[in-house]
Amino acid sequence: MATAKPRVKVPKSASAGDVITIKTLISHKMESGQRKDKKGNVIPRKIINRFECTFNGATVFSCDIDPAISANPYFEFTAKVMEPGTFRFVWTDDDGAVYETEKTIAVS
Amino acid sequence: MKLTRRDALTYSAGAIAMALVGLRGVSAHAGTEETGTAVSGFTGGVEPQSGMITLKAPEIAENGNTVPVSISVDSPMTADDYVESVAIFAEGNPNPEVVVFNFTPLSGEAAATTRMRLAKTQNVVAVAKTSTGKVFMDKREVKVTIGGCGG
Repeated sequence: MATAKPRVKVPKSASAGDVITIKTLISHKMESGQRKDKKGNVIPRKIINRFECTFNGATVFSCDIDPAISANPYFEFTAKVMEPGTFRFVWTDDDGAVYETEKTIAVS
Repeated sequence: MKLTRRDALTYSAGAIAMALVGLRGVSAHAGTEETGTAVSGFTGGVEPQSGMITLKAPEIAENGNTVPVSISVDSPMTADDYVESVAIFAEGNPNPEVVVFNFTPLSGEAAATTRMRLAKTQNVVAVAKTSTGKVFMDKREVKVTIGGCGG
């Protein structure tokens, strides 16, 4: 699959001060750079090396990723919401490509 | 060709060197020492304490390609005292580094789950660094039936 497709699960609404759980998944081969093809040549490394989640512009959670993360990297983490707003998710590939998605949440 | 004693010594030294290089090539694993170096690189030399952090991983992983692993740290997560980052290391992988989670007070809890690759049965180490400069560590052994590093 050429383009990585992000999938994110955020609750639609929450009450102020709640700690919510966010689940993210993106389809990506995460080629580790350790494998070899049939001719014995090393397949070059190509992974997503960074993931970041921001809420209304402020960083909530981020991670630096090494090749030991499985294909189709999955991350589950929490966020504390005080006001309604938009979560923005950004994945950065080794080749500089950036995959993005957004989710809004209503807070009462 | 006449083999002098000096030549013989040179050749055998070369052969031993080759053998060592060969061995290094075969055992492409990080090992405990390298993991220790990676851990102290992450903590900045601070000796980790046990407790506070919990590393959850299966006792037996059938497939080393996707091993679910989660960490959680007991922390108030306020602006003054929160967990800055948690790193996961795998001792038996070609490179010990797995992932570094960076938290902020907005995270609410210092907890995260992901899926990792494990080459073989080994220890998985999680190290947490707080904003107050404390370092905590937890270790767990995961038995791997099928390794997950291709090759």
